[in-house]
Amino acid sequence: MTTGTFTPAPGAAPLPRQVLAQTAMEAKLMLRNGEQLLLAVVIPLIVLVGAVKGASRLDLQSQHTSVDVLAPGVLALAVMSTAFTSLAIATGFERRYGVLKRLGTAPLSRGALLGGKIGALLCVEVLQFLVIGTAGLMLGWSPSISVVGLLPTVLLGTAAFAGLGMLLAGTLRAEATLAAANLVYLLLMAGGAVVLPAEAYGGLGDVVSWLPSGALGEAMRAACEGSVPGRELAVLAAWALGGGVAAARWFKWE
Amino acid sequence: MSPAVEIADLRMTYGGKAAVNGLSLEVASHTITAVLGPNGAGKTTTLETCEGYRRPHEGSVRVLGLDPFADRKALMPRIGVMLQAGGAWSGVRADEMLRHVARLHARPLDTGLLMERLALHECGRTPYRRLSGGQQQRLGLAMALVGRPELVFVDEPTAGLDPQIRRTVWELLEELRGDGVTVVLTTHYLEEAERLADQVHILDKGRLVASGSPLELTRGGTVATIRLVVTQPFPPGAPQALADALGSSTELIVLDPLSLQVSGPADGSTLAVVSRWCEQHGVLPESLTLGQRNLEDVFLELTGRETGGVNG
Repeated sequence: MTTGTFTPAPGAAPLPRQVLAQTAMEAKLMLRNGEQLLLAVVIPLIVLVGAVKGASRLDLQSQHTSVDVLAPGVLALAVMSTAFTSLAIATGFERRYGVLKRLGTAPLSRGALLGGKIGALLCVEVLQFLVIGTAGLMLGWSPSISVVGLLPTVLLGTAAFAGLGMLLAGTLRAEATLAAANLVYLLLMAGGAVVLPAEAYGGLGDVVSWLPSGALGEAMRAACEGSVPGRELAVLAAWALGGGVAAARWFKWE
Repeated sequence: MSPAVEIADLRMTYGGKAAVNGLSLEVASHTITAVLGPNGAGKTTTLETCEGYRRPHEGSVRVLGLDPFADRKALMPRIGVMLQAGGAWSGVRADEMLRHVARLHARPLDTGLLMERLALHECGRTPYRRLSGGQQQRLGLAMALVGRPELVFVDEPTAGLDPQIRRTVWELLEELRGDGVTVVLTTHYLEEAERLADQVHILDKGRLVASGSPLELTRGGTVATIRLVVTQPFPPGAPQALADALGSSTELIVLDPLSLQVSGPADGSTLAVVSRWCEQHGVLPESLTLGQRNLEDVFLELTGRETGGVNG
């Protein structure tokens, strides 16, 4: 049998290799994109430095504005910006440009695609934690982190927001996704008990702590103080489940 | 050898309108098969059903003996798909995108070689959104081929390419067939189908209206065609006089002021009538072509005429 350049030799790469390739590609594209980087690192840093410096200049000795409260809040904000806003916008445009359609026959299974996306989110989050954590330490943050509390907080927080982000991206047009993802991000940053603790919202605090933003913020603050936030983790798990099921049900690939 | 693609009585209905209406056709392995048809004939819908993007509403589709929807996982690695447009991140570089698709496969082609063969090596570092339409097309083809598939579906592979690169793509598709790959292509260029395809299927309004090799389709059975090109515009009334002389069993079409086409029974009398008419009306032929219809004539006869009749 003669073999030419194009003699068929089909086959999909093993699943782990596909997930790894997709993770590397998605993380690279996210970090290369200026707007995404702004959202992922620059805005959280501005919030952190601005709030800490602003509070000390105004001589506000409120317990809500110390770096020990703000730094975990900004970490929670970073998770939210990556897992929700960045993911939703990127996925919305992947749908628009036929990337998901193309990769579907590439052949990348839906499971491998999701695996790659989660991998990329975690890569970006590690980077965010390094940058924001370092900035926090330089501002005098002295955390006593509970790893058992922090890891599930990050993972469940990511899962909860990623499910909602995918739901948004999979049901709206790309431009609408862009607008909605940014709007929701701004609303939750201001009023969702992410950066500031729920108790800072007075009577609304009980309500916002049921939001994924509030649960993530509260969980992050607790984990950075050395405890395992059971109730908040349960709330995040519920959002992750609900968002995941809804996205799986309504996500349109084209 | 079993067919690479078997479509049996496929029906696809959208909003009460049949995009594909009882289509049956087969694609033989190791051939280039062209699917032709005017816009809206159902070509892309049919292709996307073969590619597993759409589930048949009625009828069945088998690709390499598999159900594209139910056996998706087994089938996808074995086929290559070139979409009509898009399929890459806007910020990804051309070579980066191709390497990514290569990594998703077990035994991919060398991406550098493929970039060179498709004249893409010069724009390898260009972001996808800055590639020209033709470069995006060729990158799409490269992504379809890089996994070394047994069967490729290419949707309008040379739309918008300049003639030289179109020829490069044709040679590549012929090499694929030579190496044992089955190629299914849709095209608007009849010249492309005529030059490349072993088998042509012409679709119109979701139905198969003709099938055969380009030669079989253009041979045209019992109908002969004469195409006459003249040096001076036809005198007024002369074409009508020719039509009257030829009688009702023959069709005359004035293509433009300097050429006309006669299709009629395949016997010698038609030619005699035409040459007598030239003499009588002082018409000086510049060229006179006999017999051979090209694929375009067949296509227009099968699709154009009917759509013309529906108007109003």
